[in-house]
Amino acid sequence: MKHLRQLEDQSVYILREAYKHFDNLAMLWSMGKDSTVLLWLARKAFFGHVPFPLLHVDTNYKIPAMIEYRDRLAREWRLNLVVGQNKEALAAGMNHQMGRVACCTALKTNGLKQLIEQKGYTGIILGVRADEEGTRAKERYFSPRDKHGDWDFRDQPPELWDQFKTAFPPGTHIRIHPLLDWTEINIWEYIKYENIPFIDLYLDKGDGMRYRSLGCAPCTTPIKSTAKTVDAIIEELRHTTVAERSGRAQDEGRGMELLRKDGYM
Amino acid sequence: MATVQARPTENLNIVIVGHVDHGKSTLLGRLYADTGSLPDGKLEKVQAICRQQGKEFEYAFLFDAFLEEQEQGITIDTARTFFTWKGRQYIIIDAPGHKEFLKNMISGAARAEAALLLIDALEGVKEQSKKHGYLLSLLGVKQVAVVVNKMDLVGYRQDVFDGIEKEYRDFLGQLKVVPERVIPVSAKLGDNIASRSTHMAWYQGQTVLEALEAFRKETARGEQPLRFPVQDVYKFDARRIIAGRLTAGRLKVGDRLVFSPSNKSANVKSVEAFNAEPSPTEATAGQSIGITLDEQIFIERGEIASRQESIPLVSTSFRVNLFWLGRRPLERGRKYQLRLATHEVDCEVAAINRIVDTADLDQRQGGSVVERNQVAELTLRTKSPIAFDPYHAFESTGRFVIVDEYDIAGGGIITDLVHDEQEFLRDEARRRDFAWVKGEVGAEVRAQHYGHRAAVVLLTGAPQTGKSFLARKLESVLVAEGRHAYLLEGENLRRGLDADLAGSDQAGTDEMARRYGEVARLLIDTGLIVVSTTKAFGAAYAQAAQAIRTLVHPAPVITVHMSKAAEESPPDTDIQFAGPKDFDEAARRIIEELKKKGVLAQAIGGKPTFQYSI
Repeated sequence: MKHLRQLEDQSVYILREAYKHFDNLAMLWSMGKDSTVLLWLARKAFFGHVPFPLLHVDTNYKIPAMIEYRDRLAREWRLNLVVGQNKEALAAGMNHQMGRVACCTALKTNGLKQLIEQKGYTGIILGVRADEEGTRAKERYFSPRDKHGDWDFRDQPPELWDQFKTAFPPGTHIRIHPLLDWTEINIWEYIKYENIPFIDLYLDKGDGMRYRSLGCAPCTTPIKSTAKTVDAIIEELRHTTVAERSGRAQDEGRGMELLRKDGYM
Repeated sequence: MATVQARPTENLNIVIVGHVDHGKSTLLGRLYADTGSLPDGKLEKVQAICRQQGKEFEYAFLFDAFLEEQEQGITIDTARTFFTWKGRQYIIIDAPGHKEFLKNMISGAARAEAALLLIDALEGVKEQSKKHGYLLSLLGVKQVAVVVNKMDLVGYRQDVFDGIEKEYRDFLGQLKVVPERVIPVSAKLGDNIASRSTHMAWYQGQTVLEALEAFRKETARGEQPLRFPVQDVYKFDARRIIAGRLTAGRLKVGDRLVFSPSNKSANVKSVEAFNAEPSPTEATAGQSIGITLDEQIFIERGEIASRQESIPLVSTSFRVNLFWLGRRPLERGRKYQLRLATHEVDCEVAAINRIVDTADLDQRQGGSVVERNQVAELTLRTKSPIAFDPYHAFESTGRFVIVDEYDIAGGGIITDLVHDEQEFLRDEARRRDFAWVKGEVGAEVRAQHYGHRAAVVLLTGAPQTGKSFLARKLESVLVAEGRHAYLLEGENLRRGLDADLAGSDQAGTDEMARRYGEVARLLIDTGLIVVSTTKAFGAAYAQAAQAIRTLVHPAPVITVHMSKAAEESPPDTDIQFAGPKDFDEAARRIIEELKKKGVLAQAIGGKPTFQYSI
């Protein structure tokens, strides 16, 4: 498991750089497998402590089991949990039927932007991985966002060796991506290796279906799978040629490119 | 169809570089398609987009996830893709070849352990091919395979290939880079990518896929002497943990570590880890770790821990090879931030020795600016001493980046140390401190007992400017406030410790300054706030102040410059008093400065440069 340790060492280094350089830092936690591994890595980096708040942008459409899991871990691991919600958009009746990109933008992107603005965070740690989809493959470990939270992917600052962009003009913020080099299989291998608690929605519980990627209930569909254990998931992933986010409706067409340019995770 | 791959046991970062349009994305697309590494539907999705836009399908499109890029036909930013082959997971970094995007090529290559460098057989060796070759050597990518692409367009002719191979090998030879292999391919038609070409019987060497397999994983750093740059110091609970990543060598519980540039030392008490049973007792290069020490010594981010027998260099001046990517040119005299390992320090360009033209390696002398995308040999000077290594000896502690305003604007490697006038005193201080015999009472205990840290307040300036008067005043005020302060009077040294020195010549003055510094160092160790003046050195006060500063390093020195009229103060002056002065007010300002620097416990305003653990 040497390659997992190498990935861990790099992610821990990035997390510690983030903690050192940003006075107002927070980590996004969606309770999915990736951001939960990220949370675990933070506990590794800071020796059992998580010295910054965990943000959950609640769209109100999440699968209920995710919220239960969130509150249980927050208690057990003594986490500083901050939940944000775009209440205005929800009150106006925003849902996926008004357009998936519009819904994601309102409830997730804008929900996050509101939270960042309200709390004045200057560094946001996220669990995105380069192998998830095309736009994420272009990310830096430390990725600047402008005053509107937008990402200028055409003109990204250089990132050399282990030196990252940690200075930024007032009003802008930096997205920090410690999991960029991890693949989906690495995430599951690490969950098994470290015995990290995860939501059982990822496992088949007898109906021949499981979730491969978790999001909002209306826009996330389970895949056909009989994987009942982490080992079975890893085995399945080694044979699959189906994209991880194929069950995520917002990725269709140019969805993710448009979303991420405007500041989506 | 995907082939079932053995579970990978290692990762290897590969960068693909080359001139724009020489076929990098095509090579990648082909490699993925021919090894069955594409997700289901990816090929079809891209083909559908091509039909929609009325374009012929190309393998390159597979990796150009942004539609904008497909329209322009150039890879805009570094993209990472993954594939697994024979037990190894390759992280492939597709670096753009367009001139404007050199910074992205560099960002990509800086992460790589090996490189594929593409040359178009039809176009031959271009400026970008040379520039990329030069930058790979500067970035420390030692394993390079050269891929001569589009062989189909030159009729698969061996003489064309041989000509390019010779020209490029000669070029790389000047950089002391020896390519692992040079491979003729047609990425578009799949010749020598994953399978052997039937069109080039004259080539017996490896395919691109075989060349990837032949790249070695670098593992030798663990055998080097220890380098452990301090990233941060944590005190989340009862443990005071020194966190960081070993960049070379190994350490274990019980090892004696020396820290540079602070010259402090202590033994490793434990290696800390979360969710690890049993607790580790050692660590090796590449690992992000945390340790505790057997003594409460004050160290901070930026220092490099090593063993005493193989310490890094410490200086304020060194020669470097640098590439510049900044929006505005690099200029002499402007202030920049230098970042080396975890150390961040203000710096400036002391001299631009040469600008290197990467196309022919021709060198031009001097100049006062380095333009974007140029490579140069410079001398850099930092505001305070930093620890580093020459790049040829240690990679991670021998390279640096320069930050201009908010962005990393350049980077490079250190070629050698520049000798300066402080060098001998600095070496003396290091040798003395590493071997310092400590009593049972450490500096932290003393600070706790006294309620303040040790420091030097040094008053500089021409004769008759009120230095001695203010020094006496300050000592009195400090002691009245319950501080442990002592007036170190130069006159008293001159007649005693320095009685054997002539004192009138340069050598005598240098030796006086040295003894003065050593006495101040002893007083610092007693935990006192030493108040002193440069009176004994007359007009040579600036040099003496510098020598004293070097010898008492890293204790805080507050330099107060006094003059009758406004004048330029020596470098590193903290407070300046010109003209007639109110001495009570002056003493009060110095005490404020002591608080700001964290010497006195009630630190006010600003972030103290010395953090209290008491």
